[in-house]
Amino acid sequence: MQRTFRIWRTDVENPKRGEFRDYEVEVQEAWTVLDALNEIKWRHDGSLAYRRSCRHGICGSCAMTIDGKNDLACELQVSACKGRVIMVEPLRSFPVLRDLIVDQTDFFERYDSIKPWLICHKAPPTDKERLQSPEDRALIDGTWECILCGSCTSSCPVYWSSSQFLGPAAILKAYRYIFDSRDEGLEDRLQMLDNKHGLWRCHTIFNCVEACPKALNPTEAIIKLRRKIVAEKI
Amino acid sequence: MAKASERHRHDVVVVGAGIAGLYAALKASEHYDTAVISKVYPTRSHSGAAQGGCAGSLGNMQEDSWQWHLYDTVRGSDFLGDQDAQEILVREAVPVMYEMEHLGVPFSRTPEGKIAQRPFGGHYSDFGKGPISRACYAADRTGHAQLHTLYEQCVKHGVRFYNEFYAVQLIMKDGTCLGVVAWDITHGGLHIFHTKATFFATGGYGRAWRVTTNAHANTGDGVSLILRAGFPLEDMEFVQFHPTGIYPHGMLVSEAARGEGGYLLNAEGKRFMENYAPAKMELAPRDVVSRAEQTEIDEGRGIDGKPFLHCDLRHLGADRIRAVLPQIHELALKFCGIDCTKVPIPIQPSAHYSMGGIPTRVDTQVVSDEKATPVPGLFAAGECACVSVHGANRLGTNSTLECAVYGRRGGLAVVDYLRKNPGEPLELPDQPDALACEEMSRLFSKSNGGDSAAKLREALQDGMQKRCGIYRNENDLQAQLTEVRSLRDQFQKLRVSDMTAKCNTELIEALELGHLLDFSVTIVAGALARRECRGAHWRKDRPGRNDKDWLKHTFSWLDQKGDIRLAYRPVTITRHQPEERKY
Repeated sequence: MQRTFRIWRTDVENPKRGEFRDYEVEVQEAWTVLDALNEIKWRHDGSLAYRRSCRHGICGSCAMTIDGKNDLACELQVSACKGRVIMVEPLRSFPVLRDLIVDQTDFFERYDSIKPWLICHKAPPTDKERLQSPEDRALIDGTWECILCGSCTSSCPVYWSSSQFLGPAAILKAYRYIFDSRDEGLEDRLQMLDNKHGLWRCHTIFNCVEACPKALNPTEAIIKLRRKIVAEKI
Repeated sequence: MAKASERHRHDVVVVGAGIAGLYAALKASEHYDTAVISKVYPTRSHSGAAQGGCAGSLGNMQEDSWQWHLYDTVRGSDFLGDQDAQEILVREAVPVMYEMEHLGVPFSRTPEGKIAQRPFGGHYSDFGKGPISRACYAADRTGHAQLHTLYEQCVKHGVRFYNEFYAVQLIMKDGTCLGVVAWDITHGGLHIFHTKATFFATGGYGRAWRVTTNAHANTGDGVSLILRAGFPLEDMEFVQFHPTGIYPHGMLVSEAARGEGGYLLNAEGKRFMENYAPAKMELAPRDVVSRAEQTEIDEGRGIDGKPFLHCDLRHLGADRIRAVLPQIHELALKFCGIDCTKVPIPIQPSAHYSMGGIPTRVDTQVVSDEKATPVPGLFAAGECACVSVHGANRLGTNSTLECAVYGRRGGLAVVDYLRKNPGEPLELPDQPDALACEEMSRLFSKSNGGDSAAKLREALQDGMQKRCGIYRNENDLQAQLTEVRSLRDQFQKLRVSDMTAKCNTELIEALELGHLLDFSVTIVAGALARRECRGAHWRKDRPGRNDKDWLKHTFSWLDQKGDIRLAYRPVTITRHQPEERKY
């Protein structure tokens, strides 16, 4: 079936400028949007720039805005896009480097800032694993699966307006460690979380939940972290 | 393009940021200034796609021992693996698994709180008897959990990351490796990394086939850079086809699907493994299962006469599927539009894993010949390397294990090497980036104008699929060797249409194609020479394993003209003599 892909193409000299360009693609059965982008790049216009790697939704490279919603191009079936014309744009709010490629340096710096590693003052046993009950382990389900694609943070209106807000992905990662029963790093992370650019900046708009291609819930993580911090203070 | 390359100095430069590269970087960074160059952001490396588990005889579910794990690994490799390297793998598996837990990997847990383990193909109890739960797992996203944890540890330890930098050339002087030249994908331009220890962890090369479980990034860049530097590759003809790639694109359905009890069915609705491996059924090693599938398809028992079969999980129940195989459930839904709790998943064998690669010693130092002469300053581990623990066929969950064990060992070996060789590295040669500059100017040359990279790549992939796949024969391989050489000639005339420096992914695809073509020659030439059936290498015209003539490793060198020189090295056998391999 013939579909039109209307793709944001940036000016080579100045990536802040650009225009939509239309590409007609004969779409095969079971094609994803990434298959269509590959078809365009390999047969029509080699200069089209986008990221991609695993092509099954685990590496997080190909997050982009498709028909106004953030998604992974490799997971979204073309048949699930309703209109004849499919709009493809770079993720919003990140600086565009070229076409569909955005600069995620800042996104990863914020993620680094919440100390995304296990903080544990007690030494582990030398020749065994630390024990963790399945119930304790289940507390971080729905957080450690994050693929850092940036869909959530890019969809967050608070992130758009505040240059210092941590953003949902970084906070979800903070949750992943703080609620890990092995971790003792709540205090180390408080400074980043318990301030006006951290947890309290979120207006619970829930865009991040809608944007997450892995069906994770950063807003819920933010609310639970707020409760935990308040409880710790009391 | 004429701008001089920027120069960087680090004690250690790791190329590749999967589990092997990050573990090496983590260990090296405890003592030395360590940098990682990666063509994708580290968390996007293909290790993250590993699903089902990472082997280690922890014995958390039932009695287990490294001796049993060793026996399975040796037999799984069809006796081509080096048993000294295999013994290190299975013995260190246990402490390394604990260390990964200590680093923070969110493993699933047993009711007592230990690391949970599940069965996988090829792993058995008591020297090949019943199935055993040996694969440590984090749901069915084990690689993702390990990769992210290691990346986070590297961030914590101040490893310097050069993300979206693409290595294009090794820098050698007087037989010593002095670093690499890399292209900055985002901003354009060549960079020279001057170092005393260069560590390759560049991953596998499934992208040489049309149907593959591999990421777009898995183009065997590292192995081809080694070839171009005049060094050999080992056992390249051994490439594993995974039995459960989703039809038609080939994305991976984890072996955990069968480990948890999934069936494989043909068009008659029959569990056809009965005819091929009656004792082990679906949990026979991958080479055995993939060949069975190919035979079923070739003999017309594919579903609806098409080239696929069914992986049936329905009898496991929806709750169990959602709890332990959530990603498979999601994949089937997103890529086949089916709910695998109600409908079987269409699957086919897909190019998956490269057993061969850069030959190394057990301390990960790269060797320059079949006599194991080490190359000073150059190390390799993970799928790009061949130490060789997988021999002719890898067992499921032994790959992330190899990355962890040998990546970690490699990091420690680099520290040891630098301690024994203190002081500054040798001066760089004049124009250390000469080869890279030449390749860039050729690809950007206006006078060229051959076929596009995409067209040549498809020709390569189709040929490898048809003539160098699960079943091979002399005529096909001969034809494919001619074809790959001709494609290499055509590649010399290739030009990229995009002339910009920034985010030029067409340029990257062209460079990747050059790598695909170079190592593919070694695969086909190795397969043509090896007149026997062993593990994943199956010559229909040369039935049977031939230990008398072929119990040995292939070493292959590629010259400028595309000619191959082959040499051989005996297999290291310590505990287990070759015997018939039946499942």
